[in-house]
Amino acid sequence: MTYTSFLADYGSRFVDGALVTAIQFLCSLGLAVLVANLFGLMMLSSNPVVRRAAVGYVEFFRGTSLLVQLFWLFYVLPLFGITLDNFLTGFLAVGLNLGAYGAELVRGAIQSVPRGQWEASYALSMSPAQQMRKIIIPQAFVIMLPAWGNLVVELLKSTALVALIAVPDLMFEARQLNSSTYLSTWTFGTALIIYYVFSRFLITPCMRWTERIMARRIGRA
Amino acid sequence: MQWDFAFTAEILPKMLWATGNTLLAAGMGYAIAVVIGLLFALAQRTPLRILTYITREIVEFIRSTPLVLQIFFVYYVGPEYGIFLSPWVAGMIAIGLHYAAYLSEVYRGGIESVPKGQWEACTAINLTTMQTYRRIVLPQALPPSIAGMGNYLVSIFKDTPMLSVIGVAELMQAANAVGGQNYRYLEPYTMVGVIFLVISLTAARAIRWFEATVRRKLGMQ
Repeated sequence: MTYTSFLADYGSRFVDGALVTAIQFLCSLGLAVLVANLFGLMMLSSNPVVRRAAVGYVEFFRGTSLLVQLFWLFYVLPLFGITLDNFLTGFLAVGLNLGAYGAELVRGAIQSVPRGQWEASYALSMSPAQQMRKIIIPQAFVIMLPAWGNLVVELLKSTALVALIAVPDLMFEARQLNSSTYLSTWTFGTALIIYYVFSRFLITPCMRWTERIMARRIGRA
Repeated sequence: MQWDFAFTAEILPKMLWATGNTLLAAGMGYAIAVVIGLLFALAQRTPLRILTYITREIVEFIRSTPLVLQIFFVYYVGPEYGIFLSPWVAGMIAIGLHYAAYLSEVYRGGIESVPKGQWEACTAINLTTMQTYRRIVLPQALPPSIAGMGNYLVSIFKDTPMLSVIGVAELMQAANAVGGQNYRYLEPYTMVGVIFLVISLTAARAIRWFEATVRRKLGMQ
């Protein structure tokens, strides 16, 4: 059997898997961005209870392993009467976990906006909400984009773990094909290359492009 | 679902024993990563352009594909070419190489942070390349690298549960086994989470302390 006939026979399985991976990726990315902004801002709150709750969340999700969280959600939560669908559990775990890492980025970026910017917007008698929305957030966004580039690649890689709770993503299809054909080099090799293409030729250029556009929009090209 | 303390006490020795294995796996994987990572970093600094290019591509490839897939790849591809690896060996190779790619970036940053004048001074006093690296450059590249190296030590520890997919008897595997035998998943998975949280938070604190100590010892405040 040659590699071309292998692809002709099983190519569609890889395509199906890659599509599921792409959807998992988008869903968990959306959740991670939401969680990151929420907890990142909460960590900067002047209210100690809010701040501590956010720090607790971040430490908890960063301190326990993603796979442990995934299995906990999948196997333990049903014991309390909450049964979630595999697909939902998958992107929930990935999004909540990577969101905790993202929260640190949001916090760091907002803190690294120069003090003068806060003072100037205060001097212009902007309300706190306006200061955030018009002055601080746009600059913080540009500061944190490069770090988000790495995090988004991490997120894509993390979605491979959802195969272990039987979400039929790329990793899952590769495993299935491996156990039915025993062609390990081709199955796992093809899957590796698809992940590589995703992150190197889709995600990275997209992030670079966003960085350029945003830098230009705030006049720092 | 009630927490069963008698069951917890019963499985605790097994879980702690598995924790030892997890730490061993993380330690061995890290030792491999530290050495190979340095080779990756130095290979990118030789005058041989082709070697630089190839190493760069290898590092990029490893960094942009999921670790869990790499573990499967290493474990299942060997036998196709007559190389039979035990789960432990395959796991250590996969996780070691994966983190070597990350560590090489940390080293690269550290080496690049050594001022140019140090290199010129070494040329001026006639040190060989070997001497320059060993006595002048690497000792100075170390302190800025410690934070990054420490973070990856914690990350490698948190990624060891992935080794359970090929049957390495670490913590996650132990929890799966215990849970499956007794049909109780609440206690084992929660215990895994707690053990991970305690160890990784302690390690993060220890690394911060270690970094401060090294900086003080080398007189770089």
